[in-house]
Amino acid sequence: MKAIHYLRCFAGITTREWLRFLNQRGRFFSALVRPLVWLAIFATGFHFVLGVSIIPPYDTYIPYDVYIAPGLIAMILLFNGMLISLSMVYDREMGSMRILMVSPLPRWFLLTAKLLAGVVLSVIQAYAFLAIALLWDISPPWYGYITVLPALILSGLMMGALGLLLSSAIRQLENFASVMNFVIFPMFFASSALYPLWHVKEASLLLYYVCQANPFTHAVELIRFAFYARLEPVSAVVLVAATAIFLTLAVYGYDPAKGLMQRRPAD
Amino acid sequence: MTDLPALSIEGLGHRFGPRRVLNGVSFSVAAGDFTVLLGLNGAGKTTLFSLATRLYVQREGMIRIFGMDIRERASECLRRIGVVFQQPTLDLDLTVEQNLFYHAALHGLSHRDALERGAAEIERVGLADQRRDKVRRLSGGQRRRIEIARCLLHRPQLLLLDEPTVGLDIASRQFMLDHIRRLCREEGIAALWATHLIDEVGEAARVVVLHKGEVRAVGEAEQLLGETRMPSMRAAFESLVQEREAA
Repeated sequence: MKAIHYLRCFAGITTREWLRFLNQRGRFFSALVRPLVWLAIFATGFHFVLGVSIIPPYDTYIPYDVYIAPGLIAMILLFNGMLISLSMVYDREMGSMRILMVSPLPRWFLLTAKLLAGVVLSVIQAYAFLAIALLWDISPPWYGYITVLPALILSGLMMGALGLLLSSAIRQLENFASVMNFVIFPMFFASSALYPLWHVKEASLLLYYVCQANPFTHAVELIRFAFYARLEPVSAVVLVAATAIFLTLAVYGYDPAKGLMQRRPAD
Repeated sequence: MTDLPALSIEGLGHRFGPRRVLNGVSFSVAAGDFTVLLGLNGAGKTTLFSLATRLYVQREGMIRIFGMDIRERASECLRRIGVVFQQPTLDLDLTVEQNLFYHAALHGLSHRDALERGAAEIERVGLADQRRDKVRRLSGGQRRRIEIARCLLHRPQLLLLDEPTVGLDIASRQFMLDHIRRLCREEGIAALWATHLIDEVGEAARVVVLHKGEVRAVGEAEQLLGETRMPSMRAAFESLVQEREAA
């Protein structure tokens, strides 16, 4: 197999994801509505409750809705990462996963291609949210729309890789509901998406450490800083490491010789 | 290459935890051969197919595709295999063509090749007019035909078909059988056709009888009738699967 075969395969997987996405317009709609509800209702309601002091990367006091915008973008990426997981579990139940798995290309490549295809969709949705957020006067400096792109891609990769890993462990579609309870909500709330970590530290030191250990926090912070063309190096390193670990474990999980596929009895 | 068996299985075993589902399975399929893997539900046919397509890895025994060990040369083996799984594997929300393009891409084919070969294969299964229809709109028989067309896109030399006619009407079943037999006869493709439907064996077929994970008999249909001294394939099959249970 040559490079051109890999490229064609990647194009095929991305096209399929894109077609499925277009077929499920409700998915695009809900992906945008979810953070907008937070922005329109939660942020407005908490506007006067939560005070945000001047913290980097901001050099002045900012409204609360500006503070939570990076967290809401990360939320889009998180939900999309879990949708990659849902799509894999659905494909397995519907049988189409087998067609992917009997491709002559290596399994690590197939999974990475699936991940990258999902990230492309995530990034498109994140920019769509940014466009709508202009209605709330939320706009980074003009260059922020460009400098945030690598942060969106890296964060999308991390959450997509987590989704792939979960999909290798989830046996049935019905079990997916627990992902909401045990992955999405804890990751989102135990992070800097809704409140600055110094606030959390004052309230609970343990929760502060949990938030620091949460890779989602680092996705939020990487995005937040990237809007102002600033790199948050610790967050970048954490995200690269987490992506590598999650993807390696996912490839292991899908390896017929070692992973969970082996334990699944034939239907 | 044609001197080597398209598929060679030696001493294949598999278990799920304590439950043994395949035990010492050995047989081969020559190029151009139409071989029926006959067994009741739960005989181990699907597990055998999962091992031969590397969805599961075999820990006992050996699987060779045209002489290549599937564990060592998985990619080259998979390039030569076309599979129709028991469970439908088409994406219902995509059109027939989109499903074919996806499969072609997974095998590294160019869009032009996919277009040309896809059109030819859809034509061969008589569904050219449905190529832009969503799969969801097609009948069960039409979906199976599309799966056959799809598995031929990358020009495999070995077809593995796991209960491809389950749930189909008589006309669709006959079409599928005739189509695959013609491919074997005219294009030298080897086919392993798993089924529990005895009437699909026909007269000119090699048969592997699999029962409770073990091979009970291998040979031409006529030969099995002679060996068991039974008047029909159904009677021969029943005697083969009951023989050892009684003993």
